[in-house]
Amino acid sequence: MREDPIVSGFISRAFTGRRRERSDRLPPGQYDVGGGFPVLSAGPTPRTDLDAWDFTIQGEVDTAPRWSWSEFQALPREDVTVDIHCVTSWSKFDTSWQGVSVDTLLADVETAAEYVLAFCDGGYTTNLPLDAVTGGQAWVVDTYDGEPLHPEHGGPARLLVPHLYFWKSAKWVRGFKLLSHDQPGFWETFGYHNEGDPWREQRYAGD
Amino acid sequence: MARAALRRRLSWQLAEVVSNEHESARTHRLTLDVPDWSGHLPGQHLDVRLTAPDGYTAQRSYSIASSSERPYVELVVERLPDGEVSPYLTDELRTGDQLELRGPIGGYFVWHRDIDNAPVQLIAGGSGVVPFLAMLQHHAASGSSVPMHLLYSARNVDDVIGGSQLRTANDAEVTITLSRTAPDDWQGPRGRVDRDLLAQHSVRPESMPRVYICGPTSFVEATAKLMVELGHDTAAIRTERFGGIGGAS
Repeated sequence: MREDPIVSGFISRAFTGRRRERSDRLPPGQYDVGGGFPVLSAGPTPRTDLDAWDFTIQGEVDTAPRWSWSEFQALPREDVTVDIHCVTSWSKFDTSWQGVSVDTLLADVETAAEYVLAFCDGGYTTNLPLDAVTGGQAWVVDTYDGEPLHPEHGGPARLLVPHLYFWKSAKWVRGFKLLSHDQPGFWETFGYHNEGDPWREQRYAGD
Repeated sequence: MARAALRRRLSWQLAEVVSNEHESARTHRLTLDVPDWSGHLPGQHLDVRLTAPDGYTAQRSYSIASSSERPYVELVVERLPDGEVSPYLTDELRTGDQLELRGPIGGYFVWHRDIDNAPVQLIAGGSGVVPFLAMLQHHAASGSSVPMHLLYSARNVDDVIGGSQLRTANDAEVTITLSRTAPDDWQGPRGRVDRDLLAQHSVRPESMPRVYICGPTSFVEATAKLMVELGHDTAAIRTERFGGIGGAS
């Protein structure tokens, strides 16, 4: 098998590339999408009535917290400006969001769990180690660029875990299941990497 | 078998360009000889990586246009004028060149004959038809008796991708609607995919079809919403979107 081109020295004949200045904010293999914000999802965009929306934490917890939309709105909020990186190779710098830190959501939760399975309207799931979403690393956001998050981009609320590829930032998120064992989510069972760290270019299983 | 193939580590490998030809007004068909190719399911895609002499790389995903029954892996690439990768693939790459790629990727937006016996409704906008060409090819080659219907919206006749394949697809029902201009003798529907067109030219929800929708984000958003309104189960609808504003190049 032919492996890494840097090793094999493969060069694409007559390719020079357009973007000569590579920002050190771009993980390997990514490009800056600029002003665009592509949409990728596996099924129809769910439309959730805010009266019926809630966010729950289930699984290995003594008491399972639940917030209605208005209760969620009343939680302490944070403004977050971060770079995001999609596995399909676009990155977008300085995206600005507002929402609730996962630390806030887990503040009163007693658990021995080490993993989180985020679940969503539409049936999407994604798995994350608890360590990857605590300590100021993840939020449940409902505002993008000062506006309510559009359904196409995951509204009313989505998970935001900017240090991992963006499929981990589950759209239409409705809660967390806390687990003592790791349980692969939707894309993770379809050959995508279990951890998904863009700086280690963990796109697909085995990377 | 499919699952095993998906869990394999995906290594970069070198393909040789067999041909690079005009497919439609804005697309080229790349036919690639990939010696270590493990096979793929219709609907899967692959990643292409270009490397400049100074080590700079650019990579993009492309849907595979051919089924595994074909001797080569075929891609249909839309040339995006401001793109960094697609103009290289369409304008520069020629027979005998090498191209670095890895795949297959994606296991959800796929159809193959063993999946089940549900009828299949494919709905494409523009170059979103590419993965469906692979599904149709596999449907024919595998002798599947599952009813398969394609509703494909192209701007005009010159923009139709896979025209010769679609004209001769006797095992499937193909409806092409021309959304901008149609010749006077055009037999098919005209205009964009809307509620009436879907009601008239797609498998009814009572038949419980699997529905696959692929195209630009706005097309997929609107069409998926209409299919749900027409009574299709959201869980039966699979989507693949591309080319959000600046989303692909």
